Amino acid sequence: MCLAIPSQITSIDAETDMATVDTMGVSRTANLGLIDEKVSVGDWVLVHVGIAMTQIDEKEARQTLELYEQMIKADMENEAV
Amino acid sequence: MSGTELLYSALRAPDKIHSMQRIIERLCHNYQRPVRIMEVCGGHTHTIVKYGLDQLVPEQVRFVHGPGCPVCVLPQHRIDAALQLAAMPDTILVTLGDMLKIPGTQSSLQQARATGGDIRVVYSPLDALTIAQKNPEHRVIYFAIGFETTAPMTALLIEQAQQQKLANLFFHINHVLIPPAMEMILSTPECSVDAFIAPGHVSVITGSDIFTPIARRFQKPLVISGFEPMDIMASVERILHQLNHNEAKVENTYSRSVTSQGNRKAQRLMERYFEPRATFLWRGIGAIPQSALQFRTEFADIDAEVRFAEHCPAPAPESGHGCICGSILTGQAHPQECPLFAKQCTPTNPQGSCMVSNEGACSAYYKYRRDQ
Repeated sequence: MCLAIPSQITSIDAETDMATVDTMGVSRTANLGLIDEKVSVGDWVLVHVGIAMTQIDEKEARQTLELYEQMIKADMENEAV
Repeated sequence: MSGTELLYSALRAPDKIHSMQRIIERLCHNYQRPVRIMEVCGGHTHTIVKYGLDQLVPEQVRFVHGPGCPVCVLPQHRIDAALQLAAMPDTILVTLGDMLKIPGTQSSLQQARATGGDIRVVYSPLDALTIAQKNPEHRVIYFAIGFETTAPMTALLIEQAQQQKLANLFFHINHVLIPPAMEMILSTPECSVDAFIAPGHVSVITGSDIFTPIARRFQKPLVISGFEPMDIMASVERILHQLNHNEAKVENTYSRSVTSQGNRKAQRLMERYFEPRATFLWRGIGAIPQSALQFRTEFADIDAEVRFAEHCPAPAPESGHGCICGSILTGQAHPQECPLFAKQCTPTNPQGSCMVSNEGACSAYYKYRRDQ
């Protein structure tokens, strides 16, 4: 029910506040009415029941992955000691 | 790294998941009893069962599945209202797909449709606008379901219907709220939940701060998680880390989509149209105060519960089918402990709500585990 899928914006119609998005290779439309910030083609949004619920913060996504890498590295070093 | 790698493949990489598995093992190897971690989102349940994360973590970590499916917790009298509304003359009932199979007292919307009811399943709530525009001589009733995740989508539909001055579109509001249900579970004397994996997409809307009072009051770690296997494993690691340091706070491993304050625009839109109900009956659980939304009184003219009150039955005792959905929804029983599981109760012939919706715990176990 709360399924929301990361999708990349491929075009925006400012007049209707609608975007075309690519969801895992499938082209769909998404309403941008709940997005406060300005989004552009190429940005990632989370789409739930045809409506974008937030922009995905790519910088945060990268930082999270880096954090996991560090945790794994620290654990392997611990094990080696 | 491309967006697809960043948001999908990197979070499913087997070597990273196994590394995290080893970290988790080390964190809990000396536990005297298992830690019980409840998730309250059907999406998390599916990730856990689909990727076998419950079999990957050591036996000191147990996943218990909470009331994470808004369709599963909807009581029969609300389904009966949908059926009665759909049976009114010149009426089209519009809803989302999960609603079709769920049984009311006598039948389901699917059965009502088979016998001539005009019941339409839409991909997006906004599709109800087109249906109302194309059928001006019909009453169109949007039967709204979902947690905090979906309530703003209904609010956006209402806003657009008002802007377009659509006089034939009405709404039956069944939006339920997760934090009161978590508090209810934690308040029961038999509760054995040690920590929560908190719902990711509810939190996108509400923000992570909404869970801080629960973590403080009940002294339970609470980690907001994304939906990829690495997200869940990292959230388990965070929970164990908190438990080992006697901490009970809200952490967020889903910061790529969840902020502390959430989506303010969505919150404002919800607040414009909705207010909390004094109480709402959850199927299998019982009445929970302030656990659902209703229209504010100034919108009574589009509120199907007011306009067509004679077709909306009052809460009534549930007719049981012998299933144990209530215990499953509160984390006290496992789907496979139900005597009906995969026998009388299957996705094509569901007896209880946890089997009906794709996101129900029983449905997940049927799909991925019925031969084990």
